[in-house]
Amino acid sequence: MAKSPKLLQDKEIVVEFQDVSYGVGANNLLLDLNLTISKGEFLVLLGRSGSGKTTTLKLINHLVMPTAGKVIVHGRATEDWDPIQLRRSIGYVIQEIGLFPHFTVEENVGLVPSLEGWKPKTLKRRVYELLDLVGLEPGKFAPRYPHQLSGGQRQRVGVARALAIDPPILLMDEPFGGLDPITRWEIQQQLRHLQAQLGKTVIFVTHDIQEAFLLATKVSLISEGKLVLEGTPTEFKRSQHPEARRFMACCQIPQ
Amino acid sequence: MIIVDLILSNLFSIPYGGEILLRTGEHLILVAIAMTIAICIGIPLGIVITRKPKLAKVVLGLANAIQTIPSLAIFGFLISVPFIGGIGKVPAIVALSLYALLPLIRNTYTGIINIDPTIREAGRGMGMTDTQLLFQVEIPLALGIIIAGIRIATVISVGIATIAAAIGGGGLGVFIFRGISTVNTQLILAGAIPSAFIALGADLFLGWLERYLTQPGQSKQKYFLLGVLAVLMTGLLLGIFGLQNPHTETITIGSKNFTEQVILGEILAQQIEAETDLTVERQFNLGGTFICHEAVKVGQIDGYVEYTGTALTAILKQQPITDPKEVYRIVKQAYDKKFQLTVMKSLGFENTFAIVIRREDAQNLNIKTLSQAAQYTPQWRAGFGYEFLARKDGYPGLAKTYGLKFKNTPQQMDLGLMYKALAEKQVDLVAGNSTDGLIPVLKLVVLEDDKKYFPPYEAVPVFNQETLAKYREIEPALANLAGFITAEQMQQMNYEVDNQLRPVAEVVKEFFTKNPN
Repeated sequence: MAKSPKLLQDKEIVVEFQDVSYGVGANNLLLDLNLTISKGEFLVLLGRSGSGKTTTLKLINHLVMPTAGKVIVHGRATEDWDPIQLRRSIGYVIQEIGLFPHFTVEENVGLVPSLEGWKPKTLKRRVYELLDLVGLEPGKFAPRYPHQLSGGQRQRVGVARALAIDPPILLMDEPFGGLDPITRWEIQQQLRHLQAQLGKTVIFVTHDIQEAFLLATKVSLISEGKLVLEGTPTEFKRSQHPEARRFMACCQIPQ
Repeated sequence: MIIVDLILSNLFSIPYGGEILLRTGEHLILVAIAMTIAICIGIPLGIVITRKPKLAKVVLGLANAIQTIPSLAIFGFLISVPFIGGIGKVPAIVALSLYALLPLIRNTYTGIINIDPTIREAGRGMGMTDTQLLFQVEIPLALGIIIAGIRIATVISVGIATIAAAIGGGGLGVFIFRGISTVNTQLILAGAIPSAFIALGADLFLGWLERYLTQPGQSKQKYFLLGVLAVLMTGLLLGIFGLQNPHTETITIGSKNFTEQVILGEILAQQIEAETDLTVERQFNLGGTFICHEAVKVGQIDGYVEYTGTALTAILKQQPITDPKEVYRIVKQAYDKKFQLTVMKSLGFENTFAIVIRREDAQNLNIKTLSQAAQYTPQWRAGFGYEFLARKDGYPGLAKTYGLKFKNTPQQMDLGLMYKALAEKQVDLVAGNSTDGLIPVLKLVVLEDDKKYFPPYEAVPVFNQETLAKYREIEPALANLAGFITAEQMQQMNYEVDNQLRPVAEVVKEFFTKNPN
């Protein structure tokens, strides 16, 4: 398995997995995972459903705790962090249902700042700024409820919410799963630009290889709880690993 | 205001109007207090068990178990429990709160548990603390189901609160119990209709609240409304407990829940009021022998009238004895030793099983006793109640003792219809109770039980000895009542109340006027 590519060696390490295993009972969902994520990197965790990608993500913001090994965020093991502080320094986007149905768009986006005790004026300014950033007209969308939005709009709100207090790390768990291909493509483009523009470290979970290639600076392929391949999209395409070949096979558009 | 006046004046013009208002008020207060307490316990408990899944099974199981206990049994059990028990409003509220718990706990628990786990995880993932998650996400999202629980619990409570009357808790159940004991449909409706309206009203209001609170937006107004409701409920609670009148210099007379008992309770009460300076509180229509006995034992009531036969068989659990003097002696001694209760002298009459025939038959054939009647019964048809037919000390033993035979197998009849059937000559002999008010009215007579087959049921006042020691004037005041009431007088008073629908207090007052002691 390739160690960290050369070009990233001098960069600051933001998240590191050290021999991490996670299991329920005798059943290991993740086994001896080693992973290094540097600042500004866009890491895509690729794998089939149930391969352990989502668990990997939840280990970073302490929603689950490793049964063995350590996850280090900003130089400190997650178990030494105050979980609330840790989570507020990490943006989290999950599938569309993650929005609170009883909150307006404004309340949803402003959730973390309001938990942090921001003043209403500053909060409102920030929410409008964020809605602008994700391409939603603030005056129109701020007072709406999630059920009044389309799938794509909801996803943008989800991203805006995760960015609210400008966290250096962004975790995204199959955020665009339920979208039609065109909206999906648009929003993926937008995310790419946003990431480049804001310089966030993004850890992104998907089972869609095209999405992975479009967004990733680095792809980590997880299969049956193990990291089987790590590298740039180009390295991935050349890989002879059987699981990687299987994923590549899905890319072929029949003529 | 004009409309209110109109409603009020109309209310007072219908029968029992004033009392309906009073009892409705009592009923509302009982339910409101019980619900406030139940909400304060049930909802937090429901929340706690969403955090402790192991506890959830235990708590829900327990709440379920409470729900299955018959309400009268809970009231009976509470009588001997100190502080929260006894008789009156407090145990009624305790029991109502217990019954309201299950829907509250269950709905709170289910409402929160069933929230989409992704939403909960999104909240946690964004760094919400458990408290923030609870108050900003879980409770608001579960609110509809929680209020539905409050709605169910309230409607149940309005119904169960009618049973509170059985332990002197007041409320609309007073009408219902009085109505049942005097077979007065009007009275039953006077309790049942307002209680149905309260239930409907509460259901409508809470339904509106549920819709209002679960529609999106206006969170400030919602919190304001909830705040106002909470303050109102708390105020009510404090007000009621502040207003509870202290029991000084008053003594409480109880009674079981049938007409004769209420009359006898009123007789004790009026006698004490006439002969002493004490104030008497009336806790009538308590739900049966057991509740009266427990209540007088612990001093929740100071006295009531019991029947010696009942005391012997139901309370002391002994075999029936036929000698009245022996029964009285055993009961008096056992009550004194076992319960520190004083059994006073008999009021003069017995309320026992009675074999009744038409007066004209008795006169024509010149019979007064059961032994004399035995020679005519082969030509007669008999009507008996189910209980009398089945009980060992009922018909089978009676027939054996007197050698009774009838033309046909005795007919099984409803107690209420039996006298009518006898008067209309559909049957010639029935078994009733010796003090039934219809006996003189329908020109019937009770045959003398000359072989002393039926166990004696003499009416005797039973008093708590602590009370008698504290208020020494009570015993001499009641001594005048020994042997004071005949079976005929009791029949007459029962008739006045049951069939003429006259108020008990008035009938008793008239009795005292006619028979000064």
